[in-house]
Amino acid sequence: MASGGGTTIDAPSSTPPPLSPVGVDAAVRISGVRKTYGDVVAVDNLSLAVDAGEFFTLLGPSGSGKTTTLRVIAGFEPADCGSVELHGVDVTRSPPFQRPVNTVFQDYALFPHMSVIDNVAYGLRVRGVGKRQRHAQAAEALKMVRLPDIGQRRPLQLSGGQRQRVALARALVNRPRVLLLDEPLGALDLKLRQEMQLELKAIQRELSERITFLYVTHDQDEALTMSDRIAVFCDGRIEQVGTPGEVYEHPANEFVAGFVGTSNVIKRDGRTYTVRPEKIRMLGHGESDAAAMEGTVREVAYLGPVTRYVVELDGAETLVVLRQNIDTSAMQASEQRGRRVRLAWRAEDARLLETKEQEAGNT
Amino acid sequence: MIGASRWSRVAFACGAALIMLFLLIPLALIIVYAFNPSNIQSWPLSGLSTKWFSSTWHNEEMRHALWLSVRAGLLATAIAILLGSTAAFAVHRFRFFGRDAISFLFVLPIALPGIITGMALNSFISFSGLTFSLTTIVIGHATFCIVIVYNNVLARLRRTQPSLIEASMDLGADGWQTFRLVMLPAIATALVAGGLLAFALSFDEIVVTIFTAGAQNTLPIWIFGNIRLGQQLPQVNVVVLFVIAVTLIPVALAQRLTRDAGLLRTTAPRTA
Repeated sequence: MASGGGTTIDAPSSTPPPLSPVGVDAAVRISGVRKTYGDVVAVDNLSLAVDAGEFFTLLGPSGSGKTTTLRVIAGFEPADCGSVELHGVDVTRSPPFQRPVNTVFQDYALFPHMSVIDNVAYGLRVRGVGKRQRHAQAAEALKMVRLPDIGQRRPLQLSGGQRQRVALARALVNRPRVLLLDEPLGALDLKLRQEMQLELKAIQRELSERITFLYVTHDQDEALTMSDRIAVFCDGRIEQVGTPGEVYEHPANEFVAGFVGTSNVIKRDGRTYTVRPEKIRMLGHGESDAAAMEGTVREVAYLGPVTRYVVELDGAETLVVLRQNIDTSAMQASEQRGRRVRLAWRAEDARLLETKEQEAGNT
Repeated sequence: MIGASRWSRVAFACGAALIMLFLLIPLALIIVYAFNPSNIQSWPLSGLSTKWFSSTWHNEEMRHALWLSVRAGLLATAIAILLGSTAAFAVHRFRFFGRDAISFLFVLPIALPGIITGMALNSFISFSGLTFSLTTIVIGHATFCIVIVYNNVLARLRRTQPSLIEASMDLGADGWQTFRLVMLPAIATALVAGGLLAFALSFDEIVVTIFTAGAQNTLPIWIFGNIRLGQQLPQVNVVVLFVIAVTLIPVALAQRLTRDAGLLRTTAPRTA
């Protein structure tokens, strides 16, 4: 098995990710931000630069600091130290209402005593825009989120998906330069969520002046579907920043490999490699591969388009293998349980990971 | 099995009905007596008459007492709305030293027997050389009226999404705009309900009032005095009828307001 060492990208987790070229103002630039709640460190020495017009996702498990980061950018939480810049303007000490950002909240936070149109027009109203004009603009925003005819209703009369769109319209009507989205699809069911993922991207494309989207989610599928770039969070720090392809195919470390998609961790000669389940082949009769390893199928889960096999290698790791059901039926798949199989993968699909010891040496 | 449960249900309903009768019959009697043509309370009534209504209306003492009660109630309610709601906002919004103590102190007057509050206020007023006046009554009433508004508003604030304030600020509203356009509407019905209850409490309060009114008569004190003297019982009945009406309306309204507050409730039913 080859090392694949040349393909890992150089992103030590303890140093800031690469910033935009000097001189170009990033839409959002956070430098050295730290935020604690009592003894709990929510965000630690965090630096991040988001380019204008980008769809940038903060991805991580709950409690990893991604929402705190968003709240620091919005101005709801003061950072203990560090600075926040929006398009080159330092807003570290500005209150939320003086920052050119708008937020779509996880619970939507629609004003229950106002009609939908008044909710959407709220930002214009507090800025002193006249009633006729703000209602016209609000109606326009509602049209953009494909909800043209519900202006007179109350938020409580809407479905979850409709509320989500109203919240989006309410934020977009102010033409913010940066839109912050805090798990906005978290409360929706799977089908609706997938629909909205595509729609959010479409809406961002349709906007006349491109708005930077900063999106928080713990859902890796969502992150991979929508993002231009992803920052993977863990324990208040950023583990890796990259395009969906980079993060998935070249995870910087074991955490990223495990959190973004499933992945098999293999230890050989004191080094740690990772192989994605879909990159592992189960060899058929007559096929041969010098590096093939034998094992026994322990579990079989038929998932419709694919089947997931859990294979225990002889005297080694247990691996997860994903196989398309091109000509395998559910019956045939489940018959594999307990069978002997041979597994193989291309050398370049095994990625060398930075191990804990190496990490410790870096810091 | 089913029969038994039906029987127990019937028994339960009868018991409840008896208790309600026990509570309501005295009230009904007073209302009936208000229309008694004779000034002696005895059955059966010799007829029905509204003659006491006009004599009560022209009773100067009663008018004085009524006017004093109304003023005291309105002023105490106004103070309660102002202080009670600001205290509720402070306790809800900020974590500060002594927050729990303040919360406890606010609720204390309702737990404390009125006679103790009254005695304490009385000795304080005498000690500090204040004269007993409308002001002292209002102070006395405000002690327990504030709690009512405080509790109502605090309960509403706790049910309101905290993200509403953040959303408002995020959309460009400063603190005052957020208060006026988002927070005030969110607590409006709780505020009105608290105010109505506070007024109803103040209007029929007697224990604290005796200690803080000096020589003045509020309506409850006037009623109390006349029942003891027994001279103008028919007029007392008329006044009580009036008081029942005046207190019932705000209480019923307050209940309606807090129930219909569903519009402002935070946990919206999940509609998929």
